Amino acid sequence: MSENLINTPTAVTPDDFLPASAEEKQSLEFMRPSVSFWKDGFNRLRKNKVAMVSFWVIVVVMFFAFAVPSFYPYKYAQQIRGSERLAPMQYSVTEKAAMANGEKVFPHILGTDKLGRDYAIRVMMGSRVSIVVGLVATVIVLIIGSIYGSIAAYFGGWTDLIMMRIVDIIYTVPDILLIVLMSFALKAPLAALATQPGFKWVNTLGVNLISIFIVFALLYWVSMARIVRGQILQLKEQEYVTAARALGASNRRIIKKHLLTNMIGTLIVTTTLQIPSAIFTESFLSFLGLGVAVPMPSLGSLASDAISGLQTYPYLLFAPSILISLIILSFNLLGDGLRDAFDPKLKN
Amino acid sequence: MGKYILKRVLFGVLTLFIVATLTFVLMQQVPGGPFVAEKSISAAAMQAMREKYGLDKPVIVQYWNYMKNALHGDFGLSLKERGRTVAEIISTKFPVSARIGGISIVLALCLGIPLGCVAALHRGKTADNIIIVFSTMGIAVPSFVICTVLMYFFGVELGWLPTYGLTSWKNYIMPVMALSFYPTAYIARQMRSSMLDVLGQDYMRTAKAKGLSETKILYKHALRNAILPIITYVGPLIAYTLTGSFVVEKVFTIPGLGGEFVSSILNQDYMVIMGTTIFLAALIIFMNVVVDIGYTIADPRIKLR
Repeated sequence: MSENLINTPTAVTPDDFLPASAEEKQSLEFMRPSVSFWKDGFNRLRKNKVAMVSFWVIVVVMFFAFAVPSFYPYKYAQQIRGSERLAPMQYSVTEKAAMANGEKVFPHILGTDKLGRDYAIRVMMGSRVSIVVGLVATVIVLIIGSIYGSIAAYFGGWTDLIMMRIVDIIYTVPDILLIVLMSFALKAPLAALATQPGFKWVNTLGVNLISIFIVFALLYWVSMARIVRGQILQLKEQEYVTAARALGASNRRIIKKHLLTNMIGTLIVTTTLQIPSAIFTESFLSFLGLGVAVPMPSLGSLASDAISGLQTYPYLLFAPSILISLIILSFNLLGDGLRDAFDPKLKN
Repeated sequence: MGKYILKRVLFGVLTLFIVATLTFVLMQQVPGGPFVAEKSISAAAMQAMREKYGLDKPVIVQYWNYMKNALHGDFGLSLKERGRTVAEIISTKFPVSARIGGISIVLALCLGIPLGCVAALHRGKTADNIIIVFSTMGIAVPSFVICTVLMYFFGVELGWLPTYGLTSWKNYIMPVMALSFYPTAYIARQMRSSMLDVLGQDYMRTAKAKGLSETKILYKHALRNAILPIITYVGPLIAYTLTGSFVVEKVFTIPGLGGEFVSSILNQDYMVIMGTTIFLAALIIFMNVVVDIGYTIADPRIKLR
């Protein structure tokens, strides 16, 4: 305070109140354009080669999973008579005859399975199922976890205590056991629901798929809720929250506008890393025969089906196995890259 | 300390109770009851069966009876394997799973910890890079992929190892490899980062300044501190190994509890499902409590709440 008094001129002249000259304005200009949080993060992400390669791998896999099947000449449930169990790029007798007649036959790039279904399209559809499960389950986890966590953290006290005890209990529940159990137990009620008018969509999605989502909604949000709560406990002590409250902002607005937006970086990273874990779980269930319903393929069920013919048709195993590993690996690496890019603590 | 242990144990019991209740409720959702699958069964016989198993009573009474019996170690009779109690099935199948799981856990710890240390001590060098690639891959590859790929190469192509059963020591190699792959990678990764953390600490410099030998610094100061976070992972590791055994035992047709759990679900033998779920859950919860308490004892810095 005393230093300030010495430095401040005591007499104020009328010159002090003149508008600033162009020269003076110049000094206020920025040395370089301000870089927003997003821009900064993405710049760093772009420099991370591993993360970018993973990102493009995911893009390519998604293209094959979502776009290619719509114009692919075979359908995933279509059984071609006489083309059972073809090796990759092999043609059946009828197809060879058709080709001799000058017709064009699209090659079975990955061969066909024992029912004469083109394997390439099945692998693509399987990737689609896996990715969709990963994304939807993650969105569910994100929504429930962040709402639950922010409510617990924001209100604190008894609310927090009780809510976090519930989280503790769910956290210690052996999840895979319950997932397996639930996907089994929910099958009948969901199948019954599917016969009701207005619930036809249950059948199109498949009962098992829905029970996987329900399980995720019930069990998997807890770690997300913990992370969100921890973040908010930090953030809510910040001055701008006090300022917002002083201005009369509602609780809802403060959570949405001030707390959630400030922790979006952490949320993105946790969400990205949640996707591979959901894909992992789905493939695990499908492999055990508790996943998606036939004829819908999933990478897990394709690998599971391939085991029985491992000695004679090993190529059926490799495509889904490599693909599922590649998808999980890419999401993991991309998540790591995002964390490096968006974590302010790791900056520079 | 005593208060903390008591609290953890109470929480464990509460969790187990919730899991058991949830399991019971879920099993009630399965329609038709356990005897519908039996084809030639008269209405009277059905009624007698229901009475015998106490299924004619209200759900709440059934729940009370089941819980009471379960506490006494009686999980009822298997519905598919006539005359065998669930407790019997568990006691014959669990040792098989425990043996494979135990070997896998020990292997994962014995491989993962040194790998992580080597990576941290040679940071940025070739050894580190190789271990990083291994651990990144190991975390991404699902256990069923490892199982099937191992089976294809060692069992089918090369024919070195038997692909099913559990008769000789050779049978253990592939299941143990498949089960310990992920945990080894995970532990190596954790160990590397915690070792790097420890190596940067001030007391490491102090130890060096005191003139301690490299080996002494490594074993007395670095390793001891770096290994602590790994202890916390042992609980989840046990849970992982148990659930991992679902896949491994199915692929290699091993007569263990994991395979039994899966086949009981596919067979809709719901007494076995309930029994194994509660048993496995109790095991996982118990091990978690033990590991947590062990961790707080091992690390004096942790405040007990």
